[in-house]
Amino acid sequence: MMSRINWHDFFIVGNPLILGSQIAILLTMIGVVAGVTYLKKWKWLWREWLTTVDHKRIGIMYILSGVLMFFRGGVDGLLMKAQTSRPELKFLDAQHYNEIFTTHGVIMILFAAMPLLIGIMNVVVPLQIGARDVAFPQLNALSFWLFFAGAMLFNISFVIGGSPDAGWTAYFPLAGKEFTPGIGNNYYAIALQIAGIGTLMTGINFVVTVLKMRTKGMGLMKMPMFTWTSFIASVIIVSAFPIFTVALALMTFDRIFGTHFFTLSAGGMDMMWVNLFWLWGHPEVYIVVLPAFGMFSEIISTFSHKQLFGYKSMVFSIVGIAALSMLVWVHHFFTMGSGPAVNSVFSITTMMIAIPTGVKMFNWLFTMRKGRIQFTTAMLWALAFVPCFIIGGVTGVMLAMGAADYQYHNTLFLVAHFHYVLIPGVVFAVFGALYYWWPKMFGHMLNEKLGKIHFWLFVIGFNVTFMPMFFLGLDGAVRRAYTFSAESGFAPLFLVSAIGAVILAAGFAVLCYNIYWSARYADRNISNDPWDARTLEWATSSPVQFYNFAKQPEVKSIDAFWYMKKHNEGLTLKEEEIEEIHMPSNSGLPFYMGVIFGIAGFLLVFEWKIAALVATVGILAGLIVRSFDYNDGFHVKVDEIKQIEKAWRGKDKGVNNHVS
Amino acid sequence: MSANVNTALPLEYQTEQNRMNILGFWIFLGAEIILFGTLFATFSVLNARYAGGPTPHDLFEIKGVMIETILLLTSSFTMGLAIFEMRRSNRNGLILWFVITLLLGAGFVFFEVTEFIHYVHEGATWTTSAFLSSFFVLLGTHGLHVSMGIGWATMVIIQLLRRGLTPVTARKTFIIGLYWHFLDVVWIFIFTFVYLARMVA
Repeated sequence: MMSRINWHDFFIVGNPLILGSQIAILLTMIGVVAGVTYLKKWKWLWREWLTTVDHKRIGIMYILSGVLMFFRGGVDGLLMKAQTSRPELKFLDAQHYNEIFTTHGVIMILFAAMPLLIGIMNVVVPLQIGARDVAFPQLNALSFWLFFAGAMLFNISFVIGGSPDAGWTAYFPLAGKEFTPGIGNNYYAIALQIAGIGTLMTGINFVVTVLKMRTKGMGLMKMPMFTWTSFIASVIIVSAFPIFTVALALMTFDRIFGTHFFTLSAGGMDMMWVNLFWLWGHPEVYIVVLPAFGMFSEIISTFSHKQLFGYKSMVFSIVGIAALSMLVWVHHFFTMGSGPAVNSVFSITTMMIAIPTGVKMFNWLFTMRKGRIQFTTAMLWALAFVPCFIIGGVTGVMLAMGAADYQYHNTLFLVAHFHYVLIPGVVFAVFGALYYWWPKMFGHMLNEKLGKIHFWLFVIGFNVTFMPMFFLGLDGAVRRAYTFSAESGFAPLFLVSAIGAVILAAGFAVLCYNIYWSARYADRNISNDPWDARTLEWATSSPVQFYNFAKQPEVKSIDAFWYMKKHNEGLTLKEEEIEEIHMPSNSGLPFYMGVIFGIAGFLLVFEWKIAALVATVGILAGLIVRSFDYNDGFHVKVDEIKQIEKAWRGKDKGVNNHVS
Repeated sequence: MSANVNTALPLEYQTEQNRMNILGFWIFLGAEIILFGTLFATFSVLNARYAGGPTPHDLFEIKGVMIETILLLTSSFTMGLAIFEMRRSNRNGLILWFVITLLLGAGFVFFEVTEFIHYVHEGATWTTSAFLSSFFVLLGTHGLHVSMGIGWATMVIIQLLRRGLTPVTARKTFIIGLYWHFLDVVWIFIFTFVYLARMVA
């Protein structure tokens, strides 16, 4: 029997923490609407941002959403740390704790890490290959709005209807209707589905962009390393996300329409979910970590003032990691009865991943060797990444041993391991990348002094938080347990870990303050190339004009812009070289699609099937409108280009000043 | 975005944006292969789990399935003829074969829905057993693709009537051709692994 959704389940009431959040959300929304109205910015918001198809603006919206979601996921993390700071604490009950570790995991991976990486990819990749936009600009906007609709749908779960509570992996049978009858897990299935469709389209978009839109002379083996890693990550997205699409659809059918894919009754098989989930879930780890590796490559090369060491071996390593990423999924459930033969195979494939990753590590170290290292904030993140990530990697090899995994699995040792991989591997990279590319996005730098405070607080806080969890795990502290007894002896290390989390959060607060401070006070008169960098995005204005390049640069070697500076080629623009530029028009359709997908998803979450079907007609209407849309964009006139180019090239710290 | 027109190529390949759209669609089809591959894998895991419900021997009848197969395979052939007429710049021939293709596709959907209704009357719904869940979702996903394709192609036919053969309408037609042949290939796998293999076993 299907349980019906009752109206009195609609708003979550009775918990003071959630009531506080509801009030805060309401006040924030009123504040935003009032603020935009007061400043008369609605038209501006609609014309410049909500309807934009410019890859840089879409990237900035991704980054903004990612930072917001990082805050939300971070608050979840702090709540967990507060609850486990002392034994037998009654701050959160077991149910609330279950919900919070579930949303923490989902939000951090899918709604924080993914948009931050995809956002930076959006801003940087077209610039690095000397293109004027991505291959399908409007599809790119649609990707963003679907991601955003999914993220918002997932986020309202805790105030309307209840959060998912079966872990971010949502294992069956627990996540099924039999054991989790509420609607929380419907949010999981449907919000991730909507965001996932957006991600899949981003993958297709970037594969075509990189294959087809590279500027003249940029062969595949002359691409900057960040473009390479983004390209391979996009290939993994295209090959892994459809599996998740299917898995989530089957979950939806099981939960809402009564099918028997993963149920215990009528022949369903719960292990099917585990396999499908990790067939996507493991490649997903590499989708987030590969672009991050690319960011480190750019930062290390720039601030060591050397070409990246072992370029070719870097490329082969990322391709190898991509291939291996599809062959290791069973290592997430060694203890679930696959048997020694299967476990051995997957142990070996898992350990093999350490080889190309090790190659990359040595390449970064050799890039720094004999380089003139400049200790900027961005570079500090890259330097801290190396030892922290190695701890994560080495404990990963420990976990990869099938037999030994019986000891580690389901303990905080595992939790410490993947935080040591994901935080240095992704979060450090994103922070470094923000400091590095901020001037390209906004035309001013982030404050370096505040940046260093942010860096030290965050790195120290991170280690103090997660290092004790290795030892707690080895002592037998299990993950996802909302409390522990005083007799267990876990109390001191848990307390240390909680203190670390506060330091970590203080670091993030400094970043937020830095963004505010720099937006208000930082120097706007900066050159296009403030770091003396090496790749093409630095060959054009900061912030980048909407058409990116007045004349698309010609590439003659790796580190194309460095070559241009060294040989004094292509840095100046002659007036007669300027031609009209064709650009795509803005469109409100992607925004509409995000809204209608969000509405349809919301109705389906509440199992109002007829209403959801009606909303689906709205989706089809959007598709039909798009089919008849023959808007072919517009042409930027030569005079306008001349004016824009003169403005930034005239600056006293212009492009030629950096030729050494 | 850039004009970069090359009139030596077939109409649908002439502009850079068209070439990118076609490559993008090939990559989308790659994702579709993974999607259907996952559904086939699900079916192959669950296809003997009847849970006391009907088995393929109780349900499947070769006649209806053969009609569906012939309709869809023929529609793939007529789709080829439509693209052939497009290459000869014969818009009316293109539209004629295109419409025939869609009628055959609609016939396929009609017979598939009839088949499903028949199963439901025999008490075999997608909530009956894991076997039937995976059967209905695999075939339903394919059938939904065909139905969406018919709707999408209708839009393009309207554009062909209004605008004639241009690089844009030619590209749209060509991409639907790719999509249609892909669905045909998926059906061949369904026919083989869902019907034939399960009826012989």
